[in-house]
Amino acid sequence: MKQTDVNTDKRAREKQQGDTHDKWVLRLYVAGQSPKALTAFANLKKICEEQLKGKYSIEVIDLLENPQKGAADQIFALPTLVRKLPVPVRKIIGDLSNTERVLIGLDLLPAD
Amino acid sequence: MSKAKHKTSPVSIPKSPTGIQGFDEITMGGLPTGRPTLVCGGAGCGKTLFGLEFLVRGATQFDEPGVFMSFEETNEELIMNVASLGFDLNDLIDNKKIALDHVHIERSEIEETGEYDLEALFIRLGYAIDSIGAKRVVLDTIESLFAGLPNQLILRAELRRLFRWLKVKGVTAIITGERGDETLTRQGLEEYVSDCVIMLDHRVTEQTSTRRLRVVKFRGSTHGTNEYPFLIDESGFSVLPVTSLGLEHIVSSERISSGIKALDEMLEGKGYYRGSTILVSGTAGIGKTSTAAHFAEAACKRGERVLYFCFEESPNQLMRNMLSIGIKLEPWVKKGLLRFQATRPTFYGLEMHLAVTHKYVNEFKPDIVILDPINTFDVADKEFEVRTLLMRIVDFLKVNQITALFTSLTSSACNTESSDVGISSLIDTWLLLRDIELNGERNRGMYVLKSRGMANSNQIREFVLTNRGVELRDVYIGASGVLTGSARIAQEAHENSEVLTRKHEIEFKKREIARKRREVEAKVATMLADFGSEEAEAVKIIADEQEMIARLEQDKKEMAKSRKAKVGDIVTNNI
Repeated sequence: MKQTDVNTDKRAREKQQGDTHDKWVLRLYVAGQSPKALTAFANLKKICEEQLKGKYSIEVIDLLENPQKGAADQIFALPTLVRKLPVPVRKIIGDLSNTERVLIGLDLLPAD
Repeated sequence: MSKAKHKTSPVSIPKSPTGIQGFDEITMGGLPTGRPTLVCGGAGCGKTLFGLEFLVRGATQFDEPGVFMSFEETNEELIMNVASLGFDLNDLIDNKKIALDHVHIERSEIEETGEYDLEALFIRLGYAIDSIGAKRVVLDTIESLFAGLPNQLILRAELRRLFRWLKVKGVTAIITGERGDETLTRQGLEEYVSDCVIMLDHRVTEQTSTRRLRVVKFRGSTHGTNEYPFLIDESGFSVLPVTSLGLEHIVSSERISSGIKALDEMLEGKGYYRGSTILVSGTAGIGKTSTAAHFAEAACKRGERVLYFCFEESPNQLMRNMLSIGIKLEPWVKKGLLRFQATRPTFYGLEMHLAVTHKYVNEFKPDIVILDPINTFDVADKEFEVRTLLMRIVDFLKVNQITALFTSLTSSACNTESSDVGISSLIDTWLLLRDIELNGERNRGMYVLKSRGMANSNQIREFVLTNRGVELRDVYIGASGVLTGSARIAQEAHENSEVLTRKHEIEFKKREIARKRREVEAKVATMLADFGSEEAEAVKIIADEQEMIARLEQDKKEMAKSRKAKVGDIVTNNI
């Protein structure tokens, strides 16, 4: 973190930082049409529409159909959301029902 | 041999052999087939290796492919680690015999946002299993999940599901776990995996470390319950099922020479029994190693294989020293019949020594094993352990019909017999070498203290080291005890001179008789000569007399003629 940023409004900075990325690539790993998978997808869609409208893409990967894809992204829990872009890669596990934690995980909110 | 035995006994549950030396004997067949086994232990005790060897042996020896799911080391690290043990994982992976999957969990990258499960792990594992048709699975170390995932409730529920799922899959699995403070594993994995639990341990006592393995539990099967020492070396794991041995070994009545002719004679003229255990004990510098070397040389000459463990001398030093008494060992080493194994007793712990002994014996397959000397094990006050160790070695060698010769150094200060009494019961033939001090000299004496199953000599022989090897001499037993060394030589000289004197006397007597004979003969000759002359005289006199008579007769006749008388009358008068 740069020292000049320290005293500025964190939320504004985060917002601005988020805005600087014009391409968000998200991957949602699920196993079939399980309730958790459906919930996760609905939650993700909602958050993205609110925060990243127009500059995100979601790829849903069903491990039941493509089991070999799990290893590449080191997926062990389901559902898992992987933020491929912007870097660094972030992983968010769970059905994304805790919106605040999702935003923190996606770096759309500061951790505190 | 024991494998065959186990097959005949009623098999409780199906087992998958691990191929790990000795382990299948302890567990009487291996790990429970189609069930998970927990392998736990502290850091660096060999859990990962145990799992890997289980897979590699399964793939190479039993045609059972395996999946290794690592939560700690990357695939590259694993491949490198086992390459040092001679396992080529790359090759096995290429041939679809083994699949590696590294599960990397980075806490800082992960955010929990509600309900989740570990289905992805199941899918990955299931995919790996199906892709190579795996029968074996290793999860190493699944406890890493606890560090990576904050929600323990989910995790525990998922683990329970995972182990059930593994059972349903029908794979034989090993799950490794770090040892906890009071529990077998830090996270209490034993709660979930309860079919078979194996504990590995790495202990350091008195600066020497020993690895041990124990089967804590094996549901539905009998198993060895002791702690077994094990080794990790260039050929992988090897466990020693040492105390599972009973006293059931086959005995041989074949006799083998000790390499010392006179000693063979003391043992009914035939030598030791094959497969027996021989102890040569004595004080320092008495010739124990020489006795052992003789035995080794004799065995090599018969074309047998000898494994010689030296704990005090280096092989070269030993060979050089033996050369000075005319025992040539080097050619046999070159021929591959004799092998030296030199290590300091303090190099590893007792258990490790046992393990090493097992390993080399299994490798070299000797007919004769020599341990020279055994008492150096006894560095600290560990008499009981040493005894157990020796008992295990003796049992192991006996079962394999290997003749064992131990040498033991006894302190001259204490009674040589009692100091070794701890192992006396294990020994079949016990040769005692002792010094006999007499007239300011120290000489060597040897006797057979005991020899099971033979009428051995009860005599003490003097033990002499010559440049032609060991020789045993008869000793003189007199009023002052056993005569040895120069006292014996003096005695021999004394006897020799006595014999010489007697010989002289006989010669003298013979000459005396001859002389007397000559005397008598001379006398006889003189007497004969005298007699001859006397006889001649007498004959002459007789002749003269007869002549005289004749003449007188003539005279009478003539007289009568002249007187005209009858001849008869004159004759009568004349007579």
